[in-house]
Amino acid sequence: MQSVIVMFTVGLIAFSMFRFVGDPINNMVGQDTSEQERIELRERLGLNDPFLVQFGRFSLNAVQGDFGLSYKYRVPVSEMIAERMPATLELAFVAAILSLAIGIPLGVYTALKRHSFLSKLIMTTSLIGVSLPTFLTGIMLILFFGVVLRWLPTFGRGDVIELGSWSTGFLTASGLKSLILPSITLALFQLTLIMRLVRAEMLEVLRTDFVKFAKARGLPNRLVNFKHALKNTLVPVITITGLQLGSLIAFAIITESVFQWPGMGLLFIQAIADVDIPIMAAYLVLIAFFFVMINMIVDILYYAVDPRLRADNE
Amino acid sequence: MENTVEKSRMARILDSDIWHSFARSPVAIISSIVTLVIIFGALFAPFIAPNDPFDLVAIDLMDASLPPAWLEEGDSRFFLGTDDQGRGILSTIMYGARISLFVGFASVIFSMIVGISLGLISGYVGGRTDAIIMRIADIQLSFPAILIALLLDGVARGLVPKEMHNDVTIYVLVFAIGISGWVQYARTVRGSTLVEKNKEYVQAARIIGIRPGTILRRHILPNVMGPVMVIATIHLAIAIITEATLSFLGVGVPPTTPSLGTLIRIGNEYLFSGEWWITIFPGAALVILVLAVNLLGDWLRDALNPKLR
Repeated sequence: MQSVIVMFTVGLIAFSMFRFVGDPINNMVGQDTSEQERIELRERLGLNDPFLVQFGRFSLNAVQGDFGLSYKYRVPVSEMIAERMPATLELAFVAAILSLAIGIPLGVYTALKRHSFLSKLIMTTSLIGVSLPTFLTGIMLILFFGVVLRWLPTFGRGDVIELGSWSTGFLTASGLKSLILPSITLALFQLTLIMRLVRAEMLEVLRTDFVKFAKARGLPNRLVNFKHALKNTLVPVITITGLQLGSLIAFAIITESVFQWPGMGLLFIQAIADVDIPIMAAYLVLIAFFFVMINMIVDILYYAVDPRLRADNE
Repeated sequence: MENTVEKSRMARILDSDIWHSFARSPVAIISSIVTLVIIFGALFAPFIAPNDPFDLVAIDLMDASLPPAWLEEGDSRFFLGTDDQGRGILSTIMYGARISLFVGFASVIFSMIVGISLGLISGYVGGRTDAIIMRIADIQLSFPAILIALLLDGVARGLVPKEMHNDVTIYVLVFAIGISGWVQYARTVRGSTLVEKNKEYVQAARIIGIRPGTILRRHILPNVMGPVMVIATIHLAIAIITEATLSFLGVGVPPTTPSLGTLIRIGNEYLFSGEWWITIFPGAALVILVLAVNLLGDWLRDALNPKLR
């Protein structure tokens, strides 16, 4: 229900952008179009219809993926976005895997060995990590690995292979190499968040009675820590990771801009600079759609992870 | 009379829990000193900056792209080197921090005003008003603040005629960053208001016929400000980062009045030709500022948390 409201609101906002930001006619025709022609065009495009009728038409088109032509490039927006989407999704996917694969173990370690020197070092570094804006991380990595060491490419996607309509960088050496720096940049911020969350949750769970009892039963530490404790931290971790997945896509805007990564974010940022409303609206609706989908998947995952929720519902 | 009141207030501050906790935390002391130094440098930039980066007469292209003073080709006039137009990096940082801090503080205040008022109303009035405000908050919260700020910024650009862009972008930024952050305040204030409004002093105030607006402002507001201050501190760090990010992306303040983010953006283009100082020093200034504010916020949260005392 919430998701329907979200999509409706976002759709309304996106439509209002079309309607009220700038004059659509001015954006379509040249300087020398006469007033008469403009009025005719306005009538023909249905811009004089009531607001609700127009919104209905917009929604109908949007559901079918039709957001009209870009003001600047005169190409259907849906094509432009479809062309850019694989780049962003691959980047976000790799970054999400990275931040989970590194964040969870670090979180568990710092929770178990709370007073060790290494833990304190990791915690301090993570605070700096939170204070470091994504674009600065990217610049530092470019400076170090790209300019000083010259190991890794610093812009673009490298060579891509077309698999149907999906262009992938996973299958070529230069594609994979190009992926390293942007994905690390994107992962770093999420990584610190996941790590701190896992640590906090672990500390909480380790204090509970059932963990103490498991230890008292003489179960090996490894079993207690991972089978009993870690499993019970997963519910909040899944929630936050799900939400983070959405912000990964949002932060991809910045990362893509730093690394000139040809994804949706770069398209969006250029659209903002050019006030290209159709692209902005389409991106907005698409992102909202991603968020709603992610939220739904997270809700379903709860049931898979936490048996208590299943029992409640039956 | 006035004087004794002032004195006792000072004494009260020195005797408070907060002050004791502050005096015992080296991290809090150092980070507040760092923050104050940066604020001071930014505030008095026109008087203490070694050179005026925006005085076209003083800028000499012969000084362009000099490395920092301690390197071989460095010039002692420009301690941190110069950019491509011969402006001293140290001076541009001081002027840039001015704009970054202005946008940061202004948008935090804007968020606070919107968030606190809506939170108070939501908590005190309840019912349908509460449901609507909180539903909007929920929806907004499911999107990252930076995305909302970007979008508002883009829309505002569309609404403002092109030739006015450079004059109004700074206010557009304050508005965009401010609106993207109000939810946190509203939620916290609403929660505290729900607790406070059933307490006796509020009931007493209501019985003697004080108007709801006055009760909210004079009686409830002071009692919900504690957590708000913690959020505001951390939000300041976020607001500064957001401004820098937007400026870095090229949709923030214009290059004629650069903030720290704009400076980093300008410098970024020279990274590959080896002139790292143009971008690294403003970047470092930004990180130090944000880190100091973050540490202050961390400390304040612990100090105000009764569980940890």
